[in-house]
Amino acid sequence: MYEFEYRKPASLDQAVAMLDEDAKILAGGQSLLPTMKMRLASPGALVDLAAIPGLSGITVAGNTVEIGAMTRHAEVAASKEVAEAIPALADLAGKIGDRQVRNRGTIGGSLANNDPAADYPAAVLGLGATVHTNKRAIAADDFFQGLFETALGEDEIITKVSFPLPEAAAYEKFVQPASRFALVGVFVARTGSGVRVAVTGAGPGVFRATALETALGGSFTPAALDNVEIAADGLNNDLHGSAEYRAHLVTVLAKRAVAAAR
Amino acid sequence: MSETRENGIGAAVRRKEDNRFLTGEGRYLDDINLHNQAYACFVRSPHAHARINGIDKSEAESAEGVIAVFTGEDLAADGIGGLICGWGITSKNGEPHKAPPHPALAQGKVRYVGDHVAIVIAETPEQAKSAADLVDVDYEELPPVVNIADALAPGAPQIHDEAPGNECYDWEIGDKAATDEAFAKASHVTRLEIVNNRLVPNPMEPRAALADYDPGTDMLTLYTTSQNPHVARLILSAFVGLAPEHKLRVIAPDVGGGFGSKIFVYAEETVVAWAARKIRRPVKWTCERTEAFLCDAHGRDHVTTAELALDDEGHFLGLRVSTKANLGAYLSTFSTAVPTYLYATLLNGQYKMGAIYAEVQAGFTNTAPVDAYRGAGRPEATYVVERIVERAARDLNIPPEEIRKRNFIPPDAFPYETPVIMTYDSGNYQLAMDKANELIDRAGFPARRAESEARGKLRGLGYAAYIEACGIAPSAAVGSLGAGVGLWESAQVRFNPTGSVTIHTGSHSHGQGHETTFAQIVSDRLGIPIENIDVIHGDTGTVPFGMGTYGSRSLAVGGSALMKAVDKIVEKGKKIAAHLMEAAVEDVEHNNGVFSVAGTDKQVTMAEVAFAAYVPHNYPEDLEPGLDETAFYDPLNFTFPAGTHIAEVEVDPQTGKVDIVNWVAVDDFGNIINPMIVEGQVHGGIAQGIGQALLENTVYDAETGQLLTASYMDYTMPRADDLPSFNVETTNTPCPHNPLGVKGCGEAGAIAAPAALMNAITDALGVEIDMPATPEKVWRAAQSAQARAAE
Ligand SMILES: Cc1cc2nc3c(=O)[nH]c(=O)nc-3n(C[C@H](O)[C@H](O)[C@H](O)COP(=O)(O)OP(=O)(O)OC[C@H]3O[C@@H](n4cnc5c(N)ncnc54)[C@H](O)[C@@H]3O)c2cc1C
Repeated sequence: MYEFEYRKPASLDQAVAMLDEDAKILAGGQSLLPTMKMRLASPGALVDLAAIPGLSGITVAGNTVEIGAMTRHAEVAASKEVAEAIPALADLAGKIGDRQVRNRGTIGGSLANNDPAADYPAAVLGLGATVHTNKRAIAADDFFQGLFETALGEDEIITKVSFPLPEAAAYEKFVQPASRFALVGVFVARTGSGVRVAVTGAGPGVFRATALETALGGSFTPAALDNVEIAADGLNNDLHGSAEYRAHLVTVLAKRAVAAAR
Repeated sequence: MSETRENGIGAAVRRKEDNRFLTGEGRYLDDINLHNQAYACFVRSPHAHARINGIDKSEAESAEGVIAVFTGEDLAADGIGGLICGWGITSKNGEPHKAPPHPALAQGKVRYVGDHVAIVIAETPEQAKSAADLVDVDYEELPPVVNIADALAPGAPQIHDEAPGNECYDWEIGDKAATDEAFAKASHVTRLEIVNNRLVPNPMEPRAALADYDPGTDMLTLYTTSQNPHVARLILSAFVGLAPEHKLRVIAPDVGGGFGSKIFVYAEETVVAWAARKIRRPVKWTCERTEAFLCDAHGRDHVTTAELALDDEGHFLGLRVSTKANLGAYLSTFSTAVPTYLYATLLNGQYKMGAIYAEVQAGFTNTAPVDAYRGAGRPEATYVVERIVERAARDLNIPPEEIRKRNFIPPDAFPYETPVIMTYDSGNYQLAMDKANELIDRAGFPARRAESEARGKLRGLGYAAYIEACGIAPSAAVGSLGAGVGLWESAQVRFNPTGSVTIHTGSHSHGQGHETTFAQIVSDRLGIPIENIDVIHGDTGTVPFGMGTYGSRSLAVGGSALMKAVDKIVEKGKKIAAHLMEAAVEDVEHNNGVFSVAGTDKQVTMAEVAFAAYVPHNYPEDLEPGLDETAFYDPLNFTFPAGTHIAEVEVDPQTGKVDIVNWVAVDDFGNIINPMIVEGQVHGGIAQGIGQALLENTVYDAETGQLLTASYMDYTMPRADDLPSFNVETTNTPCPHNPLGVKGCGEAGAIAAPAALMNAITDALGVEIDMPATPEKVWRAAQSAQARAAE
C-alpha cells in the first residue's frame, strides 16, 4: 500500500468538497483496500463516508424498502423487516462473502464498484430498484454500464437505494469456488409490471435475461424455461467456467429461483 | 501397554501449546524484531524464461531509504554457492541425475515467474518494495514450457544447458521381465491414464527470514521458518558456504504450518543471511501471499500411465507404471527423491501385487520447483494403485471391496517383502476395511443411492485402501538409495534440580503438538506431572543436532529417541536410588517415577533422585552428578501406517456440484499417544486430500508461463463448509520395531482422501475424470454419461 491522506467529512457537502481529483470515496473498504494493498490502486486521499449522518439504515414504508448507502451487508441479512418485505434481498445479502466482509461491506460500495460477479447488482436490476445519489435518482436499468462501470459521475455519492416490493422473488447463487463471488447468480422477480430476471457473474456486467423474462411472463413456472437457452456468446470464459457452462447455469439457476420465489 | 495414566500415553490431553497459540501469544517469525533491523524485498522475474542482458540498479540504489541492492554477481564475488539437492538418483543408463546450478540470485537467466533476481534492502518494507520496482532488468524473453510432457518432447525450449531435452533422470524400479511375463499370462488388463494435479502448499504462516550478524563473536544467527533447522544450518554452512557450522545459529521459532514446504532451504533465507553480514545490520524478509504462490516449492504434478494385470478371478498378477514427473525450474532440496523412492516404492499398495515394474522420467519446466508436500510421493502412489484397482473391479464386475479382499496381504504374512524394495512391518488390512464398511453402513448404500436418484441426484461410494511408509528412515538404507543425510533423530531429557524436566528434541513442531505428546511420554514413563515438563525444539544453539519433522517421522523416530533417553535416565536413576535406599542396583525396580526395592517397602521418587543428582551430598562414589541424558535413535525400518477410507458423495448432475455426504476413515497408526491429536491430524490430512481432489489446482498459462492461480481469488483452498463431518476410527497393529510401537499419522489423510473421493465421484458418474473434480468437469462428465446411456 502506498501512503494516502485520510479525510472524514461530517456532511455530504463536505464530502463533495473533499473529493478532489486524486481522492476516492471509502465506504466499507472491502473492495478498495485490497486493491490498494496490492498496489493496484493508489489514491492520494480517501474520503470516508462513515461519519455522515443519515447514510445508513433500513426503512420499509408502503411499497418500498429503502436501504442507506452505508448499510452493511450483515444488517440487511439480519433485518426482520427486509426478510418480511423482500426475503430474497435478505437472503442475497447473507450470501455475500464471509462474516467479516458482511460486517464491513456496504450496499453503496458494492453498487458503485459494480464488480461483474457481485451479488447486489443482481437484486437492484432484478427488482428494478432506484439508486439515489446526492444529485439525482437513477433507474437500475440505467445505472449499470458493464465491467466496473456505472452511471455515477466523478463526485457523485450514492445515498440510498429504494426497492419496490415484488409479488415474489428469489436469488440463486452458484459460487466460483475460490473467491466465492458469483460464478453465476440469477435474481428472478415477479412484479406488477412483469417478470424481471437479472444475471450476475456470467457476463462482463450484470444483465437482464430477456429470453427468460419472456418465457416466464407467459407462465411463472420452472417448466416454462425447459427449452429456453441463453446464448454463450459474450459470456465470461475463464479458469472457473466456460461461457457454455455459465450459459447452462443461468437457466438451471433461474428455474430453481422460480421454484423458490416467494 | 498398561492402562492409561492421567496425562500419560494414550490420554487425550489438551494441547499445552494451544494456550499461547489461541491467546495470540505465539512467537512466529514476523513477531521477532531486532534493534536497527532493515527490510528486504526481492526483485522477481516477471517472465517464465528469459536471458538477463544486464541489470541497472542505480535508480533503486538512490531511492529513498535504500541501504543496498545486491544481485547474483555480488553473491558470486563473495564465493556464496548455489542451493543444493540432497538426494542423488541414478538413471536406467547408470548416469547420475542432471543437477544444473541453482543460484540464490539469478546468473544470466531466469527460469520461472518469481525467480529471484536481486535483493533490495531498505529502512522500511514499503521503501524496499517501491525500490524493487526501480531495479531495471534487461530481459530477453525466451519461449517457456510449463507442462512436463511438453518439456520432455523433442524440440521443447531448452531450460538448462546441463540437462539436454530437459530431462533430469529416467529411473526404474522393479522387475521388468517378471512383470512382462505376468502381463503375458493375464486374462485381463486394466489400463488407466491419470494426472496428479500440482498443488501449492499454503501454510497459514508464509515463509520469512531474519538474520543478524554479531561481529564480536563472528556469529551469524538466522531466524527462519524451517521444519528442520539443523539440516538448514548444515546445508547453508557446508554447501552454500555462509559460515562455518559452529558460527551459524539457525532458529525456527513457532512455525505456522509447513506441510513439507518449509523443509527446504530457499534462496530468500540464504541471501538474507549473507546480506545481514554484508551490511552489518539485521535484515528481515517476510513473504507476501502471492510470492508464496509463486516461489514456495509446489507439490505433486505427475502424469501417469498404469496397467494392472489380473486373472479371471480378479487376482492381481502384475502392475506396470510409467510416470512423468515435473520438477519445476530447479531442483529443490529433496525433489529428486519424491517421485522415485518416496513414490514407486509404495506402488505395491496393501496387496499381493505379483510383479511390479515402474519407470519415472523427471524433467525441468519453467515453473516453481516441486518437492515434498504432505505425503510426498505416497499420495501419488496410492492414487495410482487405488484408482486402477477400483477401475479393474468395475471392468470385471467385482465389487470394489471384494476385489481388494481377494488381494490383501493376509495378517500372518508379515514381515512382507514387496517387489519394490519395501518390507512391510505389520498390518491387518481386512480388519480396517471391515470396520470402515460397517461404519459407513455399506449395506444401506443401495437404498441411499435410490433415494438420491429419486431427488435427481447421483450417489457414489469410493474406497481407498492406502499404505504409506513413514518414520523415515534407516540411515544406511536411505544412504544406499542416494540420500545425502542420515535420518535418525535426537532427544535429550534434562532434569532440573527441583525435579522438573526440560526435553530437547531434534524434531520440530509446526502444528503437530509435540509439546504435548512428547511431554506425555516422559510424564507416563517418569511420573513427572505434565505441567512440569517443557519441550524445547527448533534452535541449533540449544538443541542437539536433529533431522527435523516431515514424513510423519516425529513420534516414530523422535519419540523413539526420547524413549531411549528416558531409559538412560532410569538406568542412572536406579544407581542413585540404590545408593539412597542402601540396596543393590539389581534389586531396584522402577515404575512410573518410583524406585523401589523388591520385597520391601523402601522407595524413593524420581524427584528425590533428581535432587540427589544435583546436590550429591549422599551419592554413589563412582557416579557422575547430574541427571541429563541424550540419545540418538536410528530406525530399523520404515513404519507402514495403512487403512481404509470410504467417501460417499452426492452429485448434482444439473450443476456438477459434488457434495460429500459421508466420510469414514479407519487408520492403523499402531499405538497412539494422544488420540485427540491423532484425530486432528487425520482431519487436517483429509481436508487437504479433499482439497486436491475437488478444489485445488495450480495452473500455468501454456503460452506465457504465467501462474494463473496466484491468489485465493483463483486458487481454491478447502473451507470448513466444503467438508463433511468425518467419522474417524483406528485399528492397532503395533509397530514391532520401535520402542513405542507407533507408526505415524501426519500424512495419512492426505494420502487416502484423493483416491477415495475420486473413486466415489467415478462411481456416481460412471465416467473417469481427473482431479480436481470441478463443477464444470463433473457437469460435462454427467452429460456425457447421460448421452451414453441414451444411446
Ligand atoms: C473476501 C471478500 C469476499 C467478497 N465476496 C463477495 C461476494 O461474494 N459477493 C459480493 O457481491 N461482493 C463480495 N465482496 C465485495 C464486498 O461486498 C464489498 O464490500 C463491496 O463490493 C464494496 O463495498 P464496500 O462498502 O466495502 O466499498 P469500498 O471498498 O469502500 O468501495 C468500493 C468502491 O465504491 C466506491 N464507493 C463506496 N461507497 C460509495 C458511495 N456511497 N457512493 C459512491 N461511490 C462509493 C469507492 O470509492 C470504491 O471505488 C467480497 C469482498 C471480500 C474482501
